[in-house]
This record gives sequence, C-alpha cells and structure tokens, in this order.
Amino acid sequence: MPELLQIDFGAQQPKPRVVGIDLGTTNSLVACMDLTGPKVIPDPAGEPLVPSVVSYTRQGEMVTGQPARVLLIDEPDRTVYSVKRLMGRGVNDVQEELALFPFRIAEGSESVIRLQLGERTFTPPEISSFILRQLKQNAEAALGEEVRQAVITVPAYFNDAQRQATKDAGRLAGLEVLRLVNEPTAASLAYGLDKRKDGIVAVYDLGGGTFDISILRLHEGIFEVLATNGDTHLGGDDIDNRLIRIALEDVQSEWGEDLSHNGSAVQTLRRAVIEAKERLSFVPFTEMVFEYQGRKYERRFTREQFETLIQDIIDRTLGPCRACIQDAGVSVEQIDEVVLVGGSTRIPLVRRAVEALFRAKPHTELNPDEVVALGAAVQAAILTGDVQDKLLLDVTPLSLGIETMGGVVSKLIHRNSTIPASASEVFTTAVDGQRNVLIHVVQGERELVKDCRSLARFELRDIAPQPAGLPRIEVRFLIDANGILNVTAIDQRTGKEQSVEVKPSYGLTEEQVEAMIRESQELAEADFRERQVREARVEADAILAAVEKARNDDAYFELSEDERQRITEAVNQLLLVYHADDHLLIRERIENLNNATMHLAEMMMDTAVRSALKGTKI
Amino acid sequence: MQRENCWHCGKPAEDLFCRFCNALQPPVPDYYRFFGLEPKLDLDVAGLQRKFYHLSRNVHPDRYTRGSARERQFSLEASAILNDAYRVLRDPVARAEYVLKNHGFDIGEQRSRDVPPELLEEVFELNMALEELREGDQSARPSLEAARDRFVALRGGVDTQLGQLFREFDATQDREVLARIRGLLNRRRYIGNLVQQVEKELAA
Repeated sequence: MPELLQIDFGAQQPKPRVVGIDLGTTNSLVACMDLTGPKVIPDPAGEPLVPSVVSYTRQGEMVTGQPARVLLIDEPDRTVYSVKRLMGRGVNDVQEELALFPFRIAEGSESVIRLQLGERTFTPPEISSFILRQLKQNAEAALGEEVRQAVITVPAYFNDAQRQATKDAGRLAGLEVLRLVNEPTAASLAYGLDKRKDGIVAVYDLGGGTFDISILRLHEGIFEVLATNGDTHLGGDDIDNRLIRIALEDVQSEWGEDLSHNGSAVQTLRRAVIEAKERLSFVPFTEMVFEYQGRKYERRFTREQFETLIQDIIDRTLGPCRACIQDAGVSVEQIDEVVLVGGSTRIPLVRRAVEALFRAKPHTELNPDEVVALGAAVQAAILTGDVQDKLLLDVTPLSLGIETMGGVVSKLIHRNSTIPASASEVFTTAVDGQRNVLIHVVQGERELVKDCRSLARFELRDIAPQPAGLPRIEVRFLIDANGILNVTAIDQRTGKEQSVEVKPSYGLTEEQVEAMIRESQELAEADFRERQVREARVEADAILAAVEKARNDDAYFELSEDERQRITEAVNQLLLVYHADDHLLIRERIENLNNATMHLAEMMMDTAVRSALKGTKI
Repeated sequence: MQRENCWHCGKPAEDLFCRFCNALQPPVPDYYRFFGLEPKLDLDVAGLQRKFYHLSRNVHPDRYTRGSARERQFSLEASAILNDAYRVLRDPVARAEYVLKNHGFDIGEQRSRDVPPELLEEVFELNMALEELREGDQSARPSLEAARDRFVALRGGVDTQLGQLFREFDATQDREVLARIRGLLNRRRYIGNLVQQVEKELAA
C-alpha cells in the first residue's frame, strides 16, 4: 500500500522537470532551469558538450558522445557523426552529403535512410535517439530524478519532415517532446534581450551543419519572430570538408598515396583540421599536423589564407540574411541588436561579415555553443509555467501548398506566417461515385510541385458515392506550434469528420516508430535496469521523507517502544541498500518499511478524520 | 450570435473565456468576432496589435501544456485563428478581401489580368521598355525606373481612394461601395504586379 501511505503522510511528488535539449550537428547539450536561471547540465565527467557521435561496438553496445568520438578513428565503419544532416531526408536529397561524409547508406533506403553500422542498420532518428538518451541520463544523474519531458531545438529552417524526424527521435529515447523550438529563437530567449523591453533583434546562427537567420520584434516579454531564413546545409562541416580536401591532395602529392577512402586516416585528418581551424580563431597562424602510420604531414596556415579559403562559404550566409531583412519588413538601421549563435561564429571572418551587413557590433557574451540549450531550458520553464512573463511567437519558415492541375502549387500558408497557422480548402470529386480524393501537400517557395519538397499525400477515404462535383469536403491544414502539419477533414454536408490517411513522403510511419521503440528496448536493457534503480530510489526518497515528517506527529509518540524500534530498524535497512544497484532489494526494503509504519499510518488517519469531524461540528 | 454553455462550468459562455470559471471556450472562426471588434474596414492597426499581443499571452499553446487534451485542442485552434486573423486584419488589402468574401463577393485572381482601360497605353509602353532591357539595351533603364515610380505613385493614389471607400462603407454598409472596393482592389493588384515585374527586371 505505498500509495495510501504517501497520501496519508502527505509526501509531495515534485513537479516533473522539463529539460531543454540542443540536438546539434556536432555537439549536443542538455540544460535545465534552476532558481537563478538556465544552466547547462554537464556529463558525469563535467563536460557540458556531448559530441553528436554514435558508435555500435563489436560487443553490440551503443556508445555515444566522447567515447564514440574516439571510435571514429578506431572503428570508422561502426561510427557515425553529423547525422542531423540526414534527419527527415530521402536518399535523393543527400547525394551531395554522401560525396562529402562517410555515411554508409544501407540497401533499401528509399523514403527512409538506413545507415549501416557494422552488421546493423539504423535510421537517423534512431541514431539521434541514442544521443538524446545520453543527455537524458546525464540530466537524471545530475538532477537525481527521472526526466521524461523535453523541449528540443531544431534549425529554424527545418521543414516538416525534419521536424517530425526530430520528434520521433525524442520518442525513441523515451522523451515526450513538449515542444520543438527554433534554435535562433531559443538563443534570443537565453540572452534575456527582453530586458530592453522593445526593439528589433537579428539572430545569426551558424552551427556545424546548418545556418539560420531570424529577425524578431521584442515587446514586453513577447518574442515575435518577423521572418526567418537559412540553409539547412551550411555550416562548420563545410569548412572542415574543404580543408580536408586540400590536405588530402597535399598528402597525395607528398606521400604518393590517396587516403581519401581510408576512413580511419580521414577521421584522424579531420580532427587535425578542426583543431587547426579552431586555433585560427584566436591566433594569426598555426601548424596543422597530421600523423598517420609513422608518417607526418605539416602545413602552416595563416588566418589570412584560411579566410580566403572559406570566404565563399561565409558569403553564402549573406543572401538569406538580406532576404530575411526584406521579409521582416524592416531596414538594417531599425535592427537594434545582433546575436551570434553556433560554434562557427567564433571565426573572426564571420564576425566581420555580420558586423558589415548589420552595421552593429554583435552580442557574444554568452558561449555560442551553449546559448541554444540555455534558451531551450527557458522555453521549458515557460511551458511548465515557471516563467510567465515571456512568450515566443515563431513562424513557419516555408510556404505550404497543395498540388493543383498541371503540377502547379497553390499556396495555402505563406512562409513567415506566425504559428500556429491554418488554412482551409474545399475539395470535391471529379468522377461519379468517386470514393477517394488524394491531396498532395508540398513545402517550398517555387511555383511547380517538382521544385518543392513533397511533404505527404493525404487521402480522403470512404466518401459517400455521389455524382461528380457534389461532395464538399473541407480540409483544414494546421501548422502547430512545433511547425508540424496536422490535417483534418469535414464533410460539409453531413458535418461529420472525414477519414484522412497520411502517407508521409519522407520519414517514418507511426507503425515504424512503434516498431523501433520495441526494438530499442532490447538495446536499452541496461538503461532499463538503471532506470528501475533510479525509480526505486525516488520511491525510497518519498517514503523516507514521509516517515521523517511523521516522527514529529503526535501519533508517533502513541506507538509502543517496540513499534518505534521496528520503524527505525526498517529505515536503516532501507538506507543500507539505497545506493546499491539492485532495485528489487530497494523495493523489498521499501515494502518492509511500509509494513512497519502501517499502524502509524492508520493512527494518523484516525486523528485526521477525528479532527476533520470535530471541525464540521455535527 | 448565441453561444453554447461553458464546457467546464456549464454556465452561459459568450466570450472566448468563460466569465465564471475563465475556461477557454471553443473559438469562433470569425476574425472580427475573435478580436471582439466591430466588422469595420477602417481599422486601428496599433490597437489591433495590442489586442493581438494580449490574446496571444492568454491563448497560446505554451500556456496549456499542462492542461487537459480538450483545453490543449481549443488553445491550438484559438491560436491558429488568432494568428490567421491578425495576419489578415492588419493588412488593408487582405482585410478588404476578407470582408468582400464574407459578403459573397468573388475575389478570384483572374480578374486582375484584364488591363484597366485607362492604363492601356502606359502598359503598352512599359512592355516595350521591358523587352528592350531584356534584350540587353541598358538605355531602357531610366525610362523603366520612371515608369516604376509612376506606378508606385498610382498605387498610392489607389490606397488613398481605398481608405475613403473603407470609411464610406463603415458608415453606410452599402453593398454598392463594396463593389467599388472590389474594382479598386483589382486595379491595385494589377499595378502591384507591374511594379513587381519592373523591379525584378531592374534587379536582374
């Protein structure tokens, strides 16, 4: 009867925590709000950044983060990084990626990509879920309680499929994703820019694999996104790849050997390149050193050379910035502040480019690696009600349309519309007795379907047979606060809901996600044990606290000496096993304590009832 | 319009929030009613913005994360209507089209393809200049810029006229005025397309 006991003793279950997660291309972080503000939660070793790298070991274990990063070099065929680039995408979308990244796509990857790691295949959401699981564990270890709900950030320019894939990853990791929030918007929350009360702010976010620009209007705690733009395939990765290519060419001419297909060599070189790149943000020149199998390649890079090499990559961010300013309906002069987000904004050339474009010195006070996760934690606190004076109004980055005659797109919801947003359209049949109508929904700015991104096909089913053109079915397209499309349909004549079947063009079906959750449970056997132990400890905490409180109750002193002794004994027995990794043992001792305190609970209940009765003055 | 009783406390609920228990009610899809505004064409946009922020704070899904499934659904629907309504009502053209549609006017796009007769000559010259520029004749540029400025001014004139008609309709509720507004909107759209086209060519 642990429940009864808890109620009697009034042990309060704390409000479940919601964490904020930045699921990045290169690194991921988890953060949480405490009394003084948002804080990044480090891993048990004290590291705030968890590298977004996942490895499937020969022993059949999933390894994530820093240990997986090491395996990139030792086990390149079983290890994957930058998987965010593949989220919500089809094989045809990622041909460019495949040329530059060592992704091993498994056979039969049509609408859903499958990556080969050793002898198993994993979808990008599954890979991401292992990273999320790691973050979840880090948070649970630090907070001492189970974490089930999260806010996860996505690039503002992510489309519907990419968002859905991120949500799927959360579910696979055992997290309820309460909200997907756009990375630049999250960053603006973390900066607390609303302190200036009113103003226009631009957020320039150049990460490992994605670029976003958002322009917001701040008004008394409301963060209203006016426009957003970006490129989901532009980031620090592109800089690394360029430097790797140059180094590989050098090495080939020096050593007479082409290493570009040697996974382990390329990964070693990649590390050297990244380190050199990072150093160049702080020093005017550096040596890039690459050692492989007893041979050594060295090259001196000046910052100037580096900047010449990457100038065009940085320039690619400027077009989206200008388009965003125009879409926001503001002039450069009206923008009060510029915020830099993402590790790549440490590069001095990036800072100069931003300063020149916006004619303002950008904010860099917060660590650009952490600011998104911190903002996600603020959004989590908004959702729990712990923060009430702030509200985020975001927009959909891409227009939503349906296919009409001749493969032309009819736009229903325009880009930069504040979300949630909706549109309705009435559909009918073309043939007598037609039972089904197929609606093809696309996302993008172009006029023709073939130039936009197919989102899904919605099939209106079981339409009552009628002459052509008579049925009137109103379909409502609603983009929710996560930027994800929901479709409902109503038969206008009967007012009844019309059944709609969704066939996503890319990504996982509901059944696939369910199947993966089952499958992941096998892999998560160890996790599961750990979780059980943690749950048992939470339960133990509750009963120990309740007993402690009860010891001050009058009823406690009415117990016999013997009974009190038994309670003390049971408490000590429970404390003895509290830190053991055996949840069954902990639960057994909880049960013992429960039994020992049964009489006490009854007495306290009686007292409570008596005083309640007295209070009512019958 | 008659409203149902509050789903939560059962008392009569006329507003978005129940007067008695403050529960969020299923939202009405009418944009003006949602904002609690008279259906006027001449609208105070600054006031609309204040109302938008105020309502956002109260209906946004962020405020209902811990609510029941029903409340979350109402909040999602209410926020969508709020955002759609704000987008339409803050823009004079979209607002007029919304009112026209509610009064049974067809506001299809195809009508804007007919050249307004008084613009025929001007449009003819403009097309010649556009053609020249496309063929690489940069000397057409100044005349195109002049044409763009003329059309922008014309559009400004249309906007002034629209403003007058808005007030006239608000005062009289005369359908005839709406018909004239529709005519002006078509003209405006036509001119707008021309400006856009010229700007695109000039930027190319």
